[in-house]
Amino acid sequence: MLERATLVWQHLAGSTLLWLALTLLAYQFGVWLQRRLRGHALANPVLVAVALLSALLLLSGTSYASYMNGAGLIHFLLGPATVALAIPLHANWPRLKSMAGPLLLVLLVASLVAVVSAWGLGAWLGAGPESRISLAIKSITTPIAMAVTERLGGLPALTAVLVIVTGIVGGLCAEALYRWLRIDDDAVRGFALGLAAHGLGTARAFQFSEQAGAFAALGMGLNGLLTSFALPWLLPWLERLLAR
Amino acid sequence: MIQGFSWLLLFQLVGELLVLGLDWPVPGPVAGMALLFLALLWRGGPGRRLAQTSSQLLQHLSLLFVPAGAGVVLYGALLAREGWSLALALVASTLLAMAVAALLLRVLLRRSRRGSEEG
Repeated sequence: MLERATLVWQHLAGSTLLWLALTLLAYQFGVWLQRRLRGHALANPVLVAVALLSALLLLSGTSYASYMNGAGLIHFLLGPATVALAIPLHANWPRLKSMAGPLLLVLLVASLVAVVSAWGLGAWLGAGPESRISLAIKSITTPIAMAVTERLGGLPALTAVLVIVTGIVGGLCAEALYRWLRIDDDAVRGFALGLAAHGLGTARAFQFSEQAGAFAALGMGLNGLLTSFALPWLLPWLERLLAR
Repeated sequence: MIQGFSWLLLFQLVGELLVLGLDWPVPGPVAGMALLFLALLWRGGPGRRLAQTSSQLLQHLSLLFVPAGAGVVLYGALLAREGWSLALALVASTLLAMAVAALLLRVLLRRSRRGSEEG
């Protein structure tokens, strides 16, 4: 009997089905929990799903590689979803174009703030060189961040984790932060969220309104482009500064 | 659904080819987004099916980040050592960047609005 159970487990653990299904179920559970707790900020579906799945992986002794064998299908959809952002972007193009000057200036300033503050705080608090690379790049969307980390000689998977946590933090805190700063323009709310908290911030911005989502998509896209070009030049310079 | 999805994958594929061919540091999907955006500008808007598929995909955008997030299991030792500094730096920097972006954009927009009213 026990032998049979072991066999079934070995078959399932290596299959695409099990971890694909569990990832969807864990996320659904997170959505359900959030609704049950009337949208309590900490009941974030991504946070809940990641916590549940990590616990399951560690308890069952499953490697991340065999988990990705199944869940990789969901991960893959990030690609077409990124392409799909062109549609809300296009729908809001007239308003975006009329604000091009202010948006580009904000992009330059806030992108620099995101990189330097994360890197500097990390260095000050004793984060190692690999963690500092991942911190500096935390505000841009996962696929770009992982590619750039590789070029810089960091750890892509660590970057992915920090990027996700950044997105969760941005999504969790956005409403309270904006209320405190009295920001009520959806264009402003969206752009700042997308710029500082990439795809997850964009997902959160779509819950404010479609317009906020479109501006978030723009902020995310522009910051992804700017940071991927600027960081390979900026980071060595920062590190030299630290070494002195 | 299938038709809309095919369009998205086609643009991603062309983006990927373009990036590889020209050796740009930009990821393929982002190039694909830019290309689709240009196509939409040229055509005047998405077809019904493409719009439908895209909005379905974007509605569940946050789900797509879960597998990458579960990568946290790879870094138990590193997180035990540097977890708190990482968390603190990350939270503070994210909030700071968001606040700076929102406040600066609000100021600039007010100024440009006032400018256009006077002018």
